[in-house]
Amino acid sequence: MALLDVQNLSVRFDTQDGSVRAVDGVSFQLEEGETLGLVGESGSGKSVTNLALMGLVPAPPGVVQADHINFAGRDLLTLTAEELRQLRGNEISMIFQDPMTSLNPLLTVGRQLSEVLEIHQGLSRREADRLCAAGLADVGIPEPETRLAAYPHELSGGMRQRVMIAMALLCKPRVLIADEPTTALDVTIQAQILELMTDLRERHGTAIILITHDLGVVAGCADRVHVMYAGRLVETAPTAPLFSLPVHPYTRGLLASVPTLTGDPTSALSSIEGQPPDLANLPAGCAFAPRCDYAETRCRSGPMPLEAIPGESAPRTVACLLATEIAAASGGAR
Amino acid sequence: MSTPVTKATDQPLLAVRDLSKHFEVGRSGGLFSSRPRLLRAVEGVSFDLHRGQTMGLVGESGCGKSTTARCIVGLQRASSGSIRLDGEELTTLSARQWLPHRRRVQMIFQDPYASLDPRQTVGSILAEPLAIHSTERPKARRLRAMALLDAVGLNPRHLNRYPHEFSGGQRQRIGIARALALEPELIICDEPVSALDVSIQAQVINLLKELQQRFNLAYLFIAHDLAVVRHICERVAVMYLGRIVEEADRDTLFTNPAHPYTRALLSAIPVPDPAAEATRNRILLPGDVPSPVDPPNGCPFHPRCMHAPEIPADACTRDRPQLLPRDTASRPDSPHHCACHLP
Ligand SMILES: Nc1ncnc2c1ncn2[C@@H]1O[C@H](COP(=O)(O)OP(=O)(O)OP(=O)(O)O)[C@@H](O)[C@H]1O
Ligand SMILES: Nc1ncnc2c1ncn2[C@@H]1O[C@H](COP(=O)(O)OP(=O)(O)OP(=O)(O)O)[C@@H](O)[C@H]1O
Ligand code: SF4
Ligand SMILES: [Mg+2]
Ligand SMILES: [Mg+2]
Repeated sequence: MALLDVQNLSVRFDTQDGSVRAVDGVSFQLEEGETLGLVGESGSGKSVTNLALMGLVPAPPGVVQADHINFAGRDLLTLTAEELRQLRGNEISMIFQDPMTSLNPLLTVGRQLSEVLEIHQGLSRREADRLCAAGLADVGIPEPETRLAAYPHELSGGMRQRVMIAMALLCKPRVLIADEPTTALDVTIQAQILELMTDLRERHGTAIILITHDLGVVAGCADRVHVMYAGRLVETAPTAPLFSLPVHPYTRGLLASVPTLTGDPTSALSSIEGQPPDLANLPAGCAFAPRCDYAETRCRSGPMPLEAIPGESAPRTVACLLATEIAAASGGAR
Repeated sequence: MSTPVTKATDQPLLAVRDLSKHFEVGRSGGLFSSRPRLLRAVEGVSFDLHRGQTMGLVGESGCGKSTTARCIVGLQRASSGSIRLDGEELTTLSARQWLPHRRRVQMIFQDPYASLDPRQTVGSILAEPLAIHSTERPKARRLRAMALLDAVGLNPRHLNRYPHEFSGGQRQRIGIARALALEPELIICDEPVSALDVSIQAQVINLLKELQQRFNLAYLFIAHDLAVVRHICERVAVMYLGRIVEEADRDTLFTNPAHPYTRALLSAIPVPDPAAEATRNRILLPGDVPSPVDPPNGCPFHPRCMHAPEIPADACTRDRPQLLPRDTASRPDSPHHCACHLP
């Protein structure tokens, strides 16, 4: 049985411009010790999906619905607020995308870190402080003992991000949701952090959901990749085939937009034409159709289920009516 | 704003000389060790930035990039050194004297959410600077705000939304739109595209480049994504522990880096290819990141540098290497500076 099993998750925000469908019928499973990469357009619902798992979508205006969200045999939808709070920061922890909003500006870093340990593990203050300093050292922060006394604004952007990471790792969670954990880090410290996460997963069997725009990081860390567009999963695949044979036209456009270290640096970067969709006013059929080079009339109506490609051996699914043709034309189903 | 393109020999738009910023920190240990200590966030940074140019600033997390940026835009007072805009000294200006320069120098902040007022709608966040600095009427301001949103790939109808109603990358784009609103001459971009997917990132970078051509804008571009830096910056400066350790034009820096830290940095860039990732050869930096409160003697990089033992007379642990020109006989117009004892 999967450690985490999400079935048909939807989140909408009821606003004055109408109902914003931030997440629309997302289902997936996460196994123990697995790293799942979650990529997709900015605003496509990656963060909201994971906030929903943690029970952290603000309501109102948010409305969360799902058939079930099973974690280790319990349906998270049936837990009380208190039970969810117990789970968070203990069994499931999250590295938030915006460190400044999740760190308390009025408390020192040491206080915020040790609180986690004192609450969840009942450690003494002194013991907690020692573990916190070690946690800061693990994420590459120099003079960790001194830095325990610092306030968030006294740290650099990347240091705040690493404080968040240290906090999320302290309790050795069973599921770690890392939302853009390394955006503020240089590549050498990024490598160190990714190493730390791999280590946690190997030693404690922690499952990781890694949300990132850095496709190089996904290529290096994830076992499987899910691609989101306009609140829906549009492609799921093991990492290697996703990169060697992207099928969904959005995935293809995304991979084609990666800036490279070779090639003419003065030429314009390629990007997907057109504007992101309005989630309060999604078109019928495929939400990507208005920007898609492959789109046909039939793409503009009816549901777009996430389906396997016939004859393909890799366990991948694509939500595109032309998936079979595209896969065949660009290297064939394998 | 349409000044003719100036040659690199003309007076730079921005000239930073020997800029240092120190913070008092301390309170560590017991009751008796409360003497404050100095954290040297920025130490002797100098560079020029010309109109129409983009200079990249890269380096380890915590090495002083944002602090440099905040000193330039007047959000923090330099401890010493000089910052000149078109020849005028900025470090001695009071907050009021700064006001007329606001319009000319804008900043895109690293932490988008913290830099947006949560109680203001996006519309008023974008229109407010226009109200202060221009004579446009409210209706015109609103139309401009909508055009700005559209330009950064956001829905113009979302003018009435508050910052918390947007995703991380959408907020970052609000910050970009706000910086562009006043048509400044210089934009300090602190990790401006780090929260964007690569397609929207490409759109924003293409937009920044297009505006640069049209208005001869200058950018100081701080980023960790080196592929992005390579696409937008003509020159790149690499910082380590508060100092610039290497500075060169884009091609030289990426194909012929001289400083061991730059080389390690370039070797660690992840690439979107699982097979290449599995077999890559990273230069791993041993040891801990040194502290800016107690920086190492000699070369600040020496405790982690694999070349230090090769250099005669323990030079790396004793003498701090100066930022000196390398032999650039092949490109005399494009100086390459490096602070390292390696020949
Ligand atoms: N409180 C809210 N009210 C209305 N819309 C909201 C609210 N919160 C989020 N949204 C919308 O929901 C959508 C999904 O947001 P989410 O933060 O999950 O995006 P994301 O995929 O994480 O994007 P990014 O990569 O930019 O962080 C966005 O389009 C956003 O504008
Ligand atoms: N207000 C402050 N008080 C004390 N120390 C500070 C303050 N602001 C910054 N620092 C310290 O100055 C150093 C440089 O910080 P800065 O934010 O400039 O780094 P950065 O290069 O932008 O890093 P990052 O890439 O992580 O954003 C860090 O050690 C930081 O802790
Ligand atoms: S001066 Fe010495 S220690 Fe510093 S980077 Fe050069 S070789 Fe390495
Ligand atoms: Mg997000
Ligand atoms: Mg910074």
